[in-house]
Amino acid sequence: MSTATHAHDDHGHGHDHAHEHHGPPAGFTRWMYTTNHKDIGTMYLWFSFTMFLLGGTMALGIRAELFKPGLQFFDPEFFNSLTTIHGLVMVFGAIMPAFVGFANWLIPMQVGAADMAFPRMNNWSFWLLIPAALLLVSSFFLPGGAAASGWTLYPPLVIQQGMAVDFTILAIHILGASSIMGSINIITTILNMRAPGMTLMKMPLFVWTWLITAYLLIAVMPVLAGAVTMLLTDRHFGTSFFNAAGGGDPTMFLHIFWFFGHPEVYIMILPAFGIVSQIIPAFARKPLFGYASMVYATASIAILSFIVWGHHMFTVGMPAAGNLFFMYATILIAVPTGVKVFNWISTMWRGSMTFETPMLFAVGFIFLFTIGGFSGLVLAIAPVDITLHNTYYVVAHFHYVLVSGALFAIMGGIYFWLPKWTGNMYSESMGKLHFWLSMIGFNVAFFPQHFLGLAGMPRRIPDYAMQFADWNAVSTVGAFIFGFSQLLFLYNIVACIRSGVPSPEKPWEGADSLEWTHLPTPVPYHTFETQPVVK
Amino acid sequence: MLSKLVRAPLVLSLLAAPFAASAEYHVDMLKPNSPMANDAYSLHWGILWVCVAIFIIVFAAMFWSIFKHRRSQGAVPAQFHENTTIEIIWTLVPLIVLVAMAWPATRTMLEMKDASNADIAVKVTAYQWRWEYDYQKEGVRLISNLSTPRDQIEERDGPGKPKNEHYLLEVDNPMVVPVGKKVRLLITSNDVIHGWYVPQLAVNQYGIPGFIKDAWFTAEQPGIYRGQCSQICGKEHAYMPIVVDVRSEADYNKWVQEQKAKQPPPTPTNVSQQAPAQGSEAAPQQAAAAAQAGAPAAGAAPAGGGAAPAKMDVAELKSNGEKLYAANCAACHQPTGKGMPPAFPALAGSKIATGPKAGHMNIVLHGKPGTAMASFARLTDAEIASIITFERTSWGNNAGEVQPAEVAAARK
Repeated sequence: MSTATHAHDDHGHGHDHAHEHHGPPAGFTRWMYTTNHKDIGTMYLWFSFTMFLLGGTMALGIRAELFKPGLQFFDPEFFNSLTTIHGLVMVFGAIMPAFVGFANWLIPMQVGAADMAFPRMNNWSFWLLIPAALLLVSSFFLPGGAAASGWTLYPPLVIQQGMAVDFTILAIHILGASSIMGSINIITTILNMRAPGMTLMKMPLFVWTWLITAYLLIAVMPVLAGAVTMLLTDRHFGTSFFNAAGGGDPTMFLHIFWFFGHPEVYIMILPAFGIVSQIIPAFARKPLFGYASMVYATASIAILSFIVWGHHMFTVGMPAAGNLFFMYATILIAVPTGVKVFNWISTMWRGSMTFETPMLFAVGFIFLFTIGGFSGLVLAIAPVDITLHNTYYVVAHFHYVLVSGALFAIMGGIYFWLPKWTGNMYSESMGKLHFWLSMIGFNVAFFPQHFLGLAGMPRRIPDYAMQFADWNAVSTVGAFIFGFSQLLFLYNIVACIRSGVPSPEKPWEGADSLEWTHLPTPVPYHTFETQPVVK
Repeated sequence: MLSKLVRAPLVLSLLAAPFAASAEYHVDMLKPNSPMANDAYSLHWGILWVCVAIFIIVFAAMFWSIFKHRRSQGAVPAQFHENTTIEIIWTLVPLIVLVAMAWPATRTMLEMKDASNADIAVKVTAYQWRWEYDYQKEGVRLISNLSTPRDQIEERDGPGKPKNEHYLLEVDNPMVVPVGKKVRLLITSNDVIHGWYVPQLAVNQYGIPGFIKDAWFTAEQPGIYRGQCSQICGKEHAYMPIVVDVRSEADYNKWVQEQKAKQPPPTPTNVSQQAPAQGSEAAPQQAAAAAQAGAPAAGAAPAGGGAAPAKMDVAELKSNGEKLYAANCAACHQPTGKGMPPAFPALAGSKIATGPKAGHMNIVLHGKPGTAMASFARLTDAEIASIITFERTSWGNNAGEVQPAEVAAARK
């Protein structure tokens, strides 16, 4: 408990400071030096939004090139850079920081703590993102262009490429350090700084999912760091980790990468489960169904995530026993995932539901994430995966779980907590329009990609055969609808912050975690200076 | 049960018919043409229908709830929040369904991995960005390049020429196999990871440099089956298709004879590497030896060489070289010789292409490690001499010709 006491003292100091000046200091130094979890959460979220728009612009470039056969806009090498950096930016720049932003804003408030356990480290974890993002994005301007090997960075291809790969490797190291510090902060806050009476099994599900996610991050980010370091030494210092001529094996990189990569997938979805588990009960006006089984299901998914990496490698040529093991382990994940979906629907069952924008995104999440789950099940069946591996079916699958999964949950969460954070209401009609445009655009963009994959169109190609032309054109139209409708989201948020109608004290009557029940709207700069007692 | 389910795509395509005015709006896997592909096809549809059934049940409940249990309908929220019995049921039932799915999948998986008792074996080597097929027993080796002309692809400066019917899925030399025979593929790569992928044969196997992995298929119907490289392998990843030409056994045997006649006889270089008394079988046996030694050997010691006269006419070298340059070099170094610096350097005015011949031959024969410049030692002496001569005498370069004999000497 010494950590908690220390943080508390620290906070007492900040509290005096805030009173003298009636709030945070103004100007850039507020953000540069801030140790306030709300400021840092805000910065994470804006950073994430910026990267989301940047990665989205790259995606639209990709879709524009794929609108019809032939090369209209880009050289193939630049196209490969676009797919590579789009993936890295969205995974490490958009989705993960968005969840850390939510964690910063919400975890202290939801467990009844004054701030994060290590506020200065928190500031450092955020500011590390900036140089990492600059390294990643500026690599486009290096001689030879950005890394063009796909975000998975498989050797030996990545060994052939220019210094942009070194920039990318360094960026990944920095992002990893930031993630690990963030995770340590989150775990310590949750385990040591809960309010009296807030037992583990009373924590809101968002806190639970983040606790588990943080452990996943600590477990796998060092593995990724090791893998990219070996790439670096293979590139420059004459080692042969992944080079058969020197006694190494390219397949080893795939094993190490996916040992990181599969838990990484759950790092990007577990907090989304948490957000949806907050939103659904609030709008059904009914407690979450199966709270305990939700916690156990989350933990099971996390544990299973360590033994399924081989399902990314069914075409590598593992022995039959290897393929079978990874197939069985992978389909097992459908069980806890199914439990979650059943629980959400049972929460809705016999509730008294209303469908404001956050609820629309949450229901959209359940519906589309389940489609992504089913296509995941199809891909888990090794012989079927072999006929679909590295096709657009896979692209469709992971966009269903990461865009209509993780991203829809993030958007729903933003609409849900924006009134609490800013004290203003967003425009409900614009929010609904944003939802429906996203829903339609997303499905038009990605559902046809299942068909392209079934017909055998490989991923990461700038040009394709004639029989793929029609669905690709449809997909591009959908992608542009989806992409441009995000500008509505941006406008809605900015308008809400600057000139929104003041929010009622409790805009969502069914919301019942501490930030709604114990804190005023908008939340003050410093909260829970005295911890609440949870009964 | 599965066969009934398999008919379902028909129903689905009928449903989609009004939308899919043209046959191009294809929504199904391609028609399978091997026992493995049949199994994968049925498995896919079987699993898909199970998913659809679960989907309908679960989301019928959700949408029922959405329409009935809303506040505007006067719904009063219930307060239940757990029920151990139902939670156990919906954990166990999916488990049973999943085991039922895993059972047929396991059988297919074991079959897919059993490449024993094959009728013919073909060693497939991937290069950036072409495929090599080596029929070791038959003594036939061929290189398969994309045959779609570049001017159909490039549209960046305006619309390209009208596209062929099999745009990007056509090659100069297809892989030919007999119908109904078990074909074992020994797949490897000379540079980066590639993927040999033909959907209708249900083969998708990475070629990994330094390792040989196997896969197999038995084509059920004669015909042309097309696929592509499935694993990103650099700039021209989209441009290394696979075409498998399945023929009757008689036609296949005829093809083998024709190809054998075209194969370059062993050069002195090659023969000298063999154990004594190899005779006319030298080339295939050497290839087999290369296969045993692993992939890098395939690039470094090919059956190439060639029977070209040691000295060729310069005009002939140049004109052959121009064609070979277009097929092998232009993707990176560009038809203009200006390259795409810095990843793909210019040849026009370059130090290597205007400097000593030895350096030029060295880089073409051995590649440059750590870059995309691969070894082209698999080409014949005459072919390499033609390319080098073309490069040294084009785009303002004026560094003189190289003869096949010089290449043969440089190989040692």
